[in-house]
Amino acid sequence: MSLLNYTLRIADGSLISAQRLSGWCSKGPTLEEDIALSNISLDLFGQANGFLGYASEIDGSKSADDFAFKRNEREFYNLKITEQENGHFGDTIVRLFFCSAFNFLFYTKLSESKDKTLSALASKSLKEVKYHLKHSESWMIRLGDGTEESKLKIQESLNSIWQFTGEFFEMDEIDIQMNDLGIGVNNTSLRLGWDKIVNKTLEEARLTRPEDTYMQTGSKKGLHTECLGHLLSEMQYLPRAYPDAKW
Amino acid sequence: MSENTDVWEVFIQSKNGLAHKHVGNIHATDKEMALQNARDLYTRRNEGSCIWVVKSEYIISSESEDGEAFFDPSNDKIYRHPTFYTMPEGSKNI
Repeated sequence: MSLLNYTLRIADGSLISAQRLSGWCSKGPTLEEDIALSNISLDLFGQANGFLGYASEIDGSKSADDFAFKRNEREFYNLKITEQENGHFGDTIVRLFFCSAFNFLFYTKLSESKDKTLSALASKSLKEVKYHLKHSESWMIRLGDGTEESKLKIQESLNSIWQFTGEFFEMDEIDIQMNDLGIGVNNTSLRLGWDKIVNKTLEEARLTRPEDTYMQTGSKKGLHTECLGHLLSEMQYLPRAYPDAKW
Repeated sequence: MSENTDVWEVFIQSKNGLAHKHVGNIHATDKEMALQNARDLYTRRNEGSCIWVVKSEYIISSESEDGEAFFDPSNDKIYRHPTFYTMPEGSKNI
């Protein structure tokens, strides 16, 4: 049961990030960036598909599609940062950068998991995430060290999104159990590495690291911001309205 | 596109050892963006193992009005083709 929940957390993070990012398709600031963001979104859908497939295997009765399309808001375990509105391009880049930096460290560790499937999925995802990190990192620097306006905007994005970064490093009873079994990752131990990546990029981008104040929490228990409900209603509309629809 | 965006030509090497081939162009403001955009636009379907990008302004093209002077003189010099040699016995390729 814990393994199922743990796998769903990873799957949901990818799925919700992917769905959110797909909102940029045809609306990107340039043709090139439009395709770049859509590519990243597709990478994340692919990762979600892998982890949901494994969840379905563990569960034994529900399919990957059932998990994606037939769960309600409170049954999703993605971190709150992944469900936030796209906002302007800078908002999206900051979220992508924070998540990619975390995912990079997380999958590096998870690829050493004793669970063979999780380890294989992590190794595959890691290659993609490295590019997501590189791409978002260079945009952080370009916008931070760009014009006066771009600097101002991205600093505002940083400040408003910062409150969602505490969740990365939380450890609840399921995380502790999975870590003790050598299956899961000790999220708290990733903090140093994440700080290092973030601080280095912020310095190069001439941006200021926000102060740690109030941090959002709750997604591991299925508590979300209001953004998730709207996202799900769009994502799940078709399979719910036409349960027998086929590709 | 802002005024400081340049056009870059993209060359993809499909396999190690083969020549890079021109595939098209992209817009970018710096080298890194040019490489990433080229990667995102031109290698989505497993086309490449290496990418070159070069600002279009650095590519010098011959002009079509120079075509006669540039290329016609080689038309009647068939002896420049290596087809007048006898193949040594036993060799398959030279």
